[in-house]
Order: sequence, then structure tokens, then C-alpha cells
Amino acid sequence: MKIMVAVKRVIDYAVKIRVKADKSGVETQNVKMSMNPFCEIALEEALRIKEAGLASEVVAVTMGPKQSIDTLRTGLAMGADRGIHVEATGDLFPLAVAKLFKALVEIEKPGLIILGKQAIDNDCNQTGQMVAGLLGWPQGTFASKVVLDKEKQEVMVDREVDGGLETVCLNLPAVITTDLRLNQPRYATLPNIMKAKSKPVKKYTPEELNVATKSDLEVVEVTEPPKRKAGVLVSSVDELIDKLKNEAHVI
Amino acid sequence: LNQQISTLVIGEHEGGAVKAPTLSAVEAAKYLGEGNSVSVLLAGTGSSLQDAAEHAASCHPSISQVIVADSDHFVHHLAEPWARLVQLVQQREGYSHIVTVSNSFGKNVLPRAAALLDVSPITDVVSISGPNQFVRPIYAGNALSTVRYTGNSPCLLSVRSTSFPEPTVAADFRAEKAPISQVDLSAFDEDSIRKSRYVKLTSQETERPDLGNAKVVVTGGRALKSAENFKMIEKLAEKLGAAVGATRAAVDAGFVPNDLQVGQTGKIVAPELYLAFGVSGAIQHVAGMRDSKVIVAVNKDSDAPIFKVADYGLVGDLFEVIPELLEKLPEK
Repeated sequence: MKIMVAVKRVIDYAVKIRVKADKSGVETQNVKMSMNPFCEIALEEALRIKEAGLASEVVAVTMGPKQSIDTLRTGLAMGADRGIHVEATGDLFPLAVAKLFKALVEIEKPGLIILGKQAIDNDCNQTGQMVAGLLGWPQGTFASKVVLDKEKQEVMVDREVDGGLETVCLNLPAVITTDLRLNQPRYATLPNIMKAKSKPVKKYTPEELNVATKSDLEVVEVTEPPKRKAGVLVSSVDELIDKLKNEAHVI
Repeated sequence: LNQQISTLVIGEHEGGAVKAPTLSAVEAAKYLGEGNSVSVLLAGTGSSLQDAAEHAASCHPSISQVIVADSDHFVHHLAEPWARLVQLVQQREGYSHIVTVSNSFGKNVLPRAAALLDVSPITDVVSISGPNQFVRPIYAGNALSTVRYTGNSPCLLSVRSTSFPEPTVAADFRAEKAPISQVDLSAFDEDSIRKSRYVKLTSQETERPDLGNAKVVVTGGRALKSAENFKMIEKLAEKLGAAVGATRAAVDAGFVPNDLQVGQTGKIVAPELYLAFGVSGAIQHVAGMRDSKVIVAVNKDSDAPIFKVADYGLVGDLFEVIPELLEKLPEK
């Protein structure tokens, strides 16, 4: 069975982002970029499934401009066998990404697709669900545990939901999106980083895949959130209680 | 969009009544435009479904219709049958908008339904300024993106319930009871619904109010050091009639279950009062509580980023501060 994993290049999670003065977006020039943390977890899970002998190949897929190849190379260094880069400039919204994925699935025919639950840039949490919908495959979102049963061609997924942990059982092929506690991703070792340079990467354009990327959404502006009034330090519990009671009126 | 606005709210119910998040979605629908007729879709089976439909029919002045889908398929909120149901209802009724709340149910179902309808959803909306323009947080809420929907009907959106609180309804309020209709599911048997099944839900019984809509939240971080110590947080929460929250670090360390996690990828809360004990204030945690009215932080480290967002900060040892608070706080 082949596993396809989505990996996205995003601003590193620890970076303090800046909104551009012209409100057209967030500043990404000269800013540290990394693989989306949820995508690292997705790739790690795919690699573990392969290492358990339940899959034959892990294909990492990225979509975006030329520089996205960096993230793909990181994925190959972590252990993916092959990479696919759908090169597209301009905004790629989740529906277009999902349609591109569907086109790739028709070519690659994987038995499992794993994506991060959300990208930490747009925080959409949509793509995995949309891929599953377009393919008519079952979905296990916000996964904190994945157990594959090759015999039964099923996968049990524990999902982190509002009320606790929900367990669902999905027929393969299926789409899974990863939550934070699913696993701890490995670091790429130096020998693997070297090996990754010779792993094959196939490039596509949206036109070659017959997918129109023009969106039904447009970003009007990006702004900073309202700033909170500066707070004060209190020096004792007595003072805290007094302020909460008599100043803030919350107790 | 020149057509008449009409909204389908994807509803949730429990114990024979419509759940609070559904009413947030109904409230949000008001901002889409004048004369918006709101229909609430409820699905499930049995008398609790029918009771919930009766409740929905007269619980909010904006609800003009209740639509009921009665089938075993919908009992466990699986995304596959639900998304198909939304598609089916939309194809028959042609709403201009479909709204849900962005809780784990809405997040799971709405994008799949959007894909079936071939439209882009707009998720986690915090502000609506008309039928096609919405504001949503990005980068863990450190930026706000104003997005315009330029596609055809329907426009699908999920809203943050903390941004659209349910109104307090006047005691003498009596709505005209909305009509209740049943969805014809005879054509429903779809291939994709047989590919998933619910196995179980593991949840903790608690008497604490629900984290998502509590007026006061007491959160503990990794500095609590153990699940046993976390009981101090629970005691304080009990004294304040509060819900208990936790940082990702505390959940990862196993002190509390995942459904208490507040943050960018956990629950978003906006209580009147948020008290954070032993919480450093990482970007991802702040994302989940920055809209709280009053934020209190107690941390031994005066450089902890949490103090930048707190209204009242106390640099001190939570193991001394919490017992002192328990002793000195007025009885609720």
C-alpha cells in the first residue's frame, strides 16, 4: 500500500509574525520558514506505518511556489521515498489544493492519505476533509492514535474532540488528519539529508493536472488584532482579590 | 449576491434540546443580512430528536423553520453521512448560506460538505459584515484576514461561538412556533456512509461547567508538575464556579485529558475571567484565550510572556498563591 502525505511550507511556529504596512498580508521575506508542525506529524505517522511493514512506499506531496521544494527535501530527509511538487504561484486555497490532491490520487492510487489537521499560517483545518469529500473516502480527523489493520483493510482512529476522545473505524482507502499528540516526529539525520538529494521528485503544474486554481474567495485585507490595554503587576494575593472585586468587578 | 438571503444552520442537540452552540450560529446568521430566514437542521433518531425539534421551533425568534432528518446514520455525528445530508438538503432547498459553529463537529463536517457542493468554506469566522464578507483569525490570531466570498450560492461558513454569544432572551418571550418538516431520506443510501463507523467516546465525567461557554476559567500549565497537583486547580475552579482549562504541555504530560486544552489547536475561550497558573504564555496558548475580558496570570518567572497579555499579573509561586486564594476568596 502506498501512503501519500501532504507537507506545507509555512512561517516557523516560533516566529513573531508582522502584518505588512499595506495590509496585503503577513511579512514572509527574510523570515524563517519550516515544515508545518502538523505535516511533520503526518509524515512521521506514515513512516512508522511503513516501518511496521504495513505500507510499501511513502510519497510526500507539496504544493506552492519554487521554494516549497525545501520542505519536500526535508520530508525526503525524514524518510519519504519520493516527492511530488505541484508548482503554483499565487494563492492556493484549500479547495484548489484538495482538487489537485484528487488529481494526484488518480495517478498514484494510494491506500491512505495523511495530512496535518491545519496549517499554522491560515489555520483553516479544511483540506483533509475536502480531499476526503471529493474522493468519497471516509475521514478520521484530529487523530491522536492510528492503528491500521491490513487484514481487514481498516484503520481505527482515536480523534480529539470537544467531549474527549472518539474512536472511529474507517475502511481503507481513507483520509486521516493529524493532531498534536499523535506522535513525536523524528529529526532528519545528516546521512538521510545527503541521501534525500538523490530521491526522485516529480513536478506538476495545475494545468497539467487539469485543475483550475482560480478561487471563489479573495483576501480583502490582513490586519492586526485589537491590542489589549497594558496590564499591571500586583504584589500580593490580597491586592489581586481587591482589584478583581473592586476594579474589574469579576468576583 | 442579489438573491434573497436564507440560511441553513446545521444544528446539534442533546437530551431533547438544541445545544447552545447552535444558537450562536443562529445569532451569527442575523449579521448576514436583513430578512434572513433561518432554518435549523437537526438529525438523529428517536424521541430526543423530536423533542429537540420542538425546542428548536420556539427557542429563538430568528428560527423560521426546523428540518428534521430521522435516521440511525446521524446518531454519532460521523462526517460522511452528515456532509451528504447537508448536500442533499441544499440541493433541494437552495439556501444562500449554510452556517455552523466551529466546534469539533462543525470543523469535521462543514469542509467536507463544502467539497461536495464545490464551494470554498470560510471557517472560524469572528466577524460578519454582510452576506459575503467575513473576518477570520490567521497565524494563531496574531493577524486577522478579511475575506470576500465571490462564488455562487451557497456560501458556507463556520463561526466562533465566542464571537456570537447567544442573547439573553426576555422572560416573557414567546416565539411563534416554527413549522417542523421531515427530510425525505429515501434516496439517501450512499456508498460513502458505509465506510466509517463509530466505536466509542471516552470522556471524563465532570461537574465543572463546559469550558467553551463558562464565565470563569481556571487554567493550569506544566508547572503544576502532576495530575495530583492539578486538583488544586480544580478546587479553585469549584470555589469560583469555573471551568478548568489546561495548556498543551499539561495535557501532553498527562495531567489532564485533551478536552481541557485551550489554544490555537484546542479550545478557544472568551470568559469574563481567565486565571492562568504556571502558564508561560506561548503564542499558541494565548491564541485560545486572548479574547477573555479579564486575564490574571500567576507565574514564578517575571519574564514569562503571559504577563504581556495579563490584565493583572502576580509574580509568585502558584503552590503558595492558590491555597491563599482558596482561603481568602469570597464564597460564591
